[in-house]
Amino acid sequence: MHNKLDLDRELVSKARLKAQNIANEMQEFINGYTTTTIERTICRLLGIDGVNKKGIPLPNVIVDNIDVKKGAAAYLGSIIHKTGLEPQEIAEKVGNGSINLRNISLVESKDIQNAILPLAELGAARIRTNREERETYLKTHGDKEGPLLYVIVATGNIYEDIIQADSAARKGADIIAVIRSTGQSLMDYVPYGATTQGFGGTYATQENFRLMRKALDEAGNDLGRYIRLCNYCSGLCMPEIAAMGALERLDVMLNDALYGILFRDINMQRTIIDQHFSRMINGYSGVIINTGEDNYIKTVDAVDQAFTVLTSQLMNEQFAILAGIPEEQMGIGHAFEMNPTVKNGFLYELAQAQLSREVFPNAPLKYMPPTRYMTGDVFMGCVQNALFNIVTKITDQKICLLGMLTEAIHTPFMSDRSIAIDIAQYIFNNMENISDEILFKPDGIINRQANTSLKKAYDLLSKIEQQGLFKTLEVGTFAGIRRPIDGGKGLDGVVKKGELYFNPFIGIFLKAKEGV
Amino acid sequence: MGEHLKKMKNIGYKDKYDPTKIKPYGDTINDGKIQVSFTLPMQNTPKATIAAKQLVLKMGLREPNIVLQKSLESEFTFFVVYGHLIHNVDITKIREEDSQLFKAMSMDEINEFISQNFNRKIVVVGATTGTDSHTMGIDAIMSMKGFHGHHGLERYEMLEAHNLGSQVLNEDFVRKSIDLKADVLLVSQTVTQKRIHVQNLTNLVELLEAEGIRDKVILICGGARITKELAKELGYDAGFGQNTVAEDVATFFIKEIRNRQKK
Ligand code: B12
Repeated sequence: MHNKLDLDRELVSKARLKAQNIANEMQEFINGYTTTTIERTICRLLGIDGVNKKGIPLPNVIVDNIDVKKGAAAYLGSIIHKTGLEPQEIAEKVGNGSINLRNISLVESKDIQNAILPLAELGAARIRTNREERETYLKTHGDKEGPLLYVIVATGNIYEDIIQADSAARKGADIIAVIRSTGQSLMDYVPYGATTQGFGGTYATQENFRLMRKALDEAGNDLGRYIRLCNYCSGLCMPEIAAMGALERLDVMLNDALYGILFRDINMQRTIIDQHFSRMINGYSGVIINTGEDNYIKTVDAVDQAFTVLTSQLMNEQFAILAGIPEEQMGIGHAFEMNPTVKNGFLYELAQAQLSREVFPNAPLKYMPPTRYMTGDVFMGCVQNALFNIVTKITDQKICLLGMLTEAIHTPFMSDRSIAIDIAQYIFNNMENISDEILFKPDGIINRQANTSLKKAYDLLSKIEQQGLFKTLEVGTFAGIRRPIDGGKGLDGVVKKGELYFNPFIGIFLKAKEGV
Repeated sequence: MGEHLKKMKNIGYKDKYDPTKIKPYGDTINDGKIQVSFTLPMQNTPKATIAAKQLVLKMGLREPNIVLQKSLESEFTFFVVYGHLIHNVDITKIREEDSQLFKAMSMDEINEFISQNFNRKIVVVGATTGTDSHTMGIDAIMSMKGFHGHHGLERYEMLEAHNLGSQVLNEDFVRKSIDLKADVLLVSQTVTQKRIHVQNLTNLVELLEAEGIRDKVILICGGARITKELAKELGYDAGFGQNTVAEDVATFFIKEIRNRQKK
């Protein structure tokens, strides 16, 4: 039952419409551009992988040597048309210097398409196979209704991560997220191979994805459950990482339309363009995206600024729709970052969580635990996490990131995770049907807080609609952060599409979206 | 010494409460009771129980009581152990100068001190360096708004404060500091996993030495997991941890600049 707040439904629809206008305007901009990472993604989806002698990934080698506005597909297609080589063979020859892309004359569009489209279909089929495999697993093992227990591993070493993930899965975790190393989001390439030296996390590489996937499948088969795997798209390589996730059957991926801009100082044009193709891939591969609104209230007040969360959620939803992501794959995010000294903080938190639930009734909401008010008082920390778990259950959140008692100190110990799982299972079991039993007082504190947030979100969306999203980011509306339109990292990778530009996957993914 | 402990001594407990032999306190003076928790990389078997006991005996725990022993699945076992500790410390031997609470001046006093002693503004350049993107710490020290009701350095009349933000490469940080003619460098490091901060902080010192300006600046680092001791070890003039406010840092560096002038 999702109608407890007596929300002004008409206002919800109007707010959605505003968000839709904002996203549509952005989409017009997006359609005119490509980026270096989008071109590298096309290479990857066409089967190109590996590194050259210097350790540079072959997709980078290709894209560094082409006129990006024409698109990688034009070059690959032309060579295939002339030589019949496979994309990987071409990439290796470019890598060892026996093909010089700068000397390639491009053939007719029609010939390029004829050469590339069958290969693109092959890439897409590989993704579909993974998707079907996930569905088969879920059918065989069954899936869980209630909150999915999500824990992170972040040792920096993929083999150590596997040990921790296996332990967590056996303890009861449903989703394992491998946190990425600091700094990866600013790398304009994806590292290659298994890695053992990350900081505050482990590098996202295709091999690391594969190793973890295999380990979780094994654990899942032992347990008779499907253990989902999560990683992060954000950064300068959003679509490439989405593609790797699609190829290695990741199930959940962080993919926020604005996170890179706000929290990593990545250029806004770059991120907005990248997120679109990245999300198209996520959509096609059946991945649940997770948006990052939780981060906003990590640095500003969670009560005052609650409406910016809803504002961003509504925009993230529209960007997701434009990329062909169905509601069931929209892990809209929010967080329990209430200052513990706030009187009635728990009620405000309930209001926000329930608001997300009611505005996005079919979305597998992602709910983040307390982080900023976690301290070295690990005992109190367990109680803060317990309150969070209770809100999770009362408001029917789907993806529940478990809080760690040592949040303020270090990335989780194995025992921290186990304690968190025990506590969550205790609470969820004890409160199994609480959501059905609870109604909120019509004009009570919770109800009023939710409706106020909605109203303020509507106002803000109206303002953004008027000034445009780029301008809004320039003046600093979210998390109090300002970003210049030409500032940040990665702008040099943004390129206006040439006249004959061609991305073979857009058509394939769009067809799927329209269900043709 | 608190009133109650003093009384215990006075009413004949002298043998019991002894400042030269301080032990952890559970519910009775000198009981030495503590609790520890840890995980061992072995399966939850009787062997693991023995291993855990041996380990805590080595830590100096006597009559160890394993109150929780549970499998973390696969090959790991988690323990919570209570016991009483054989070790004690002599608090009468702790040097006063090591344990004195650092007394910070107020913003006004700091401004006043600068005007009187230096006759110019002091230039402070701060950043979160390396790949670290945590800005809250450096902002707490530098931004107008500050932290817990303490204004940041940008608010100080007699300081010229430049906050360069986060993810600033050491090379850029050094170059900017030279351009701005910095007197004081403030570096924030939050991510400490796998000792990444040690690498990064060391690299900065090397760069400053290579540029020949290490001795010309006051070099200070800070962050939730930064300690005074670590900062000294890495060649910094000072290090500040949790709950630092701008006054603490400013008091330190103005006095330090003054001391160097005197020499
Ligand atoms: C907010 C937050 C974030 C925000 C940061 C937003 C921002 N603009 O800063 C976001 C979401 C972006 C973030 C990202 C990450 N985070 Co973070 N984050 C936190 C969190 C919740 C709070 C930190 C905070 O802001 N504290 C408040 C400030 C005011 O306190 P402070 O930094 O200690 O500063 C005070 C003092 O230390 C001192 N001080 C600090 N700097 C300086 C400098 C000088 C010169 C001086 C004198 C004093 C001083 O003065 C300040 C005021 O008293 C902590 C968990 C926690 N509860 O502590 C994790 C935490 C710090 N994050 C962590 C990690 C690992 C990350 C990531 C690396 C995760 C990942 N792999 O992606 C990324 C960072 C990626 C990158 N490139 O750096 C870990 C660090 C673990 C470790 N010890 O290495 C923590 C502890 C969480 C955890 N348990 O895993 N994070």
